[in-house]
Amino acid sequence: MGIKQEKQVNIERGVNMYSDKVMDHFSNPRNVGEIENADGVGQVGNSKCGDIMKMYLKIEDDVIVDVKFKTFGCGAAVATSSMATELIKGKTVEEALKMSNKAVVEALDGLPPAKLHCSVLAEEAVIAAINDYKRKQGHEVEDVDCQGCCGGCGSTR
Amino acid sequence: MNKKIIYVDHAATTYVKPEVFDEMRPYFTEYYGNPSSIYSLGRESKKAIEKARAQIAFYLGAHSTEIYFTGSGTEADNWAIKGAAYANRKKGKHLITTVIEHHAVLEAFEFLRKEGFEVTYLPVDENGIVDPNELAKAIRPDTTLVSIMYANNEIGTVQPIKELAAIAKEKGVLFHTDAVQAVGNIDINVKDLDVDFLSMSAHKFYGPKGVGALYIKKGTRVDSILHGGAQEKNRRPGTENVPGIVGMAAAIKLAYDNIEQNIKHLQNLSDRLIDKVMDKIPYVRLNGDREQRLPGNVNLSFEFIEGESLLLMLDMKGVQASSGSACTSGSLDPSHVLLAIGLSHEIAHGSLRISFGTENTEEDVDYIVDNLEEIVSKLRAMSPLYEDYVRKDGK
Repeated sequence: MGIKQEKQVNIERGVNMYSDKVMDHFSNPRNVGEIENADGVGQVGNSKCGDIMKMYLKIEDDVIVDVKFKTFGCGAAVATSSMATELIKGKTVEEALKMSNKAVVEALDGLPPAKLHCSVLAEEAVIAAINDYKRKQGHEVEDVDCQGCCGGCGSTR
Repeated sequence: MNKKIIYVDHAATTYVKPEVFDEMRPYFTEYYGNPSSIYSLGRESKKAIEKARAQIAFYLGAHSTEIYFTGSGTEADNWAIKGAAYANRKKGKHLITTVIEHHAVLEAFEFLRKEGFEVTYLPVDENGIVDPNELAKAIRPDTTLVSIMYANNEIGTVQPIKELAAIAKEKGVLFHTDAVQAVGNIDINVKDLDVDFLSMSAHKFYGPKGVGALYIKKGTRVDSILHGGAQEKNRRPGTENVPGIVGMAAAIKLAYDNIEQNIKHLQNLSDRLIDKVMDKIPYVRLNGDREQRLPGNVNLSFEFIEGESLLLMLDMKGVQASSGSACTSGSLDPSHVLLAIGLSHEIAHGSLRISFGTENTEEDVDYIVDNLEEIVSKLRAMSPLYEDYVRKDGK
């Protein structure tokens, strides 16, 4: 008798807002801090919607050799920033640009629907930092269009 | 799990005190009769309800015929607001409330607005207090109801209800107060306040969940919002929650028989927390009035950090508290109360509500302060806002 195990796991997931992975990256965030004389720095989000992510990159021969972040935001914002830094560390700039918010969500074993915007913000923070790097290299790049937050920054989404 | 748990979210709910539960227990298993039945088991239940009603009325200075049981504080609020609005709609369709009400009140008014009523929302000052002059100015010939909460659930601010109710009465307008956070925590006498409706909820003062009550002053016209049986003098149908009602009465007795020492105890804990936090943690503000507030409520905003992160880290240390942050509610906007008292989004996002209960101790306060200090500095160390601030300030 009793409810099936699968069902029980689903109930637990519904009650626990965050997965163990999210909680791990929130309580022990990887790569927190700043990089002095970073090759690329990007900041996205705004304090109005409650999430700001700032990403610092150290790039050698087009490879991200070091990455640090600072985040103002909820548990998911901290965890997605942390996971994003892990995913792009050691990757080439082009590989890092291909990292989608979905990859961050999957690596964290999922996020509550209301928190998905945090993963978009993490993706955008990476792009913003890489764009800054490219600009410093003399390339022309378009600004990141904020997709992840509340619209307080003028974005339409 | 044997980690230390410090529960400081009593404004959300409380546990049922054992002596309250003891009184409730027989009404689950022994005296289970339907109060509407005429046989002895039914009469036992009926008697328990009427005894509870008289006891609650006694502690609030009401007559027992003026207390009506409901399923929650939310239901009591909805009943008073919608019931009074509909009962008086021929007289007028203008209603007045404030911007800092609980959602149980705000959403009831929002419903009425869609039904063709007009609602005026009174502002509050930076401490969250309603100016009686603003109320006087807002009342019109077609105003039928004013609803102003007794004590705010987030920032604990206590309103000058007696003065506000007098203004409404002078102009012949009904007055409701949502006293869900106040009943059991501060002295209340409905006759002295001279209000027409007052809502309360048992689980806020160590009673059970699922039972509330509405005080309706004798002779006040109010429509029913639920329709069915003849319970509660034909005004609120549904088989009575007998154990819940018995528990509510036991809890109110326990609360008011010890009210003075409870207030003193809670006040001491709050003062200790506020003083220590202000002393040890920079860039923090107390929200709500320092004096006119619930004795057990402390609402703080920590600059440069976000409330949900703070709550999660406190939870890891066993501290169960609450926040006015957006992220806990699923919406992106921070608390309407914190915005109404003039906080910026940024500051409002970093808010923490600690609400003490009788079982909390000074050691609990010290444990909370120690952990807060550590957590706040950890979160600030990873906050780009703090980084910007420090850089700008050249520190």
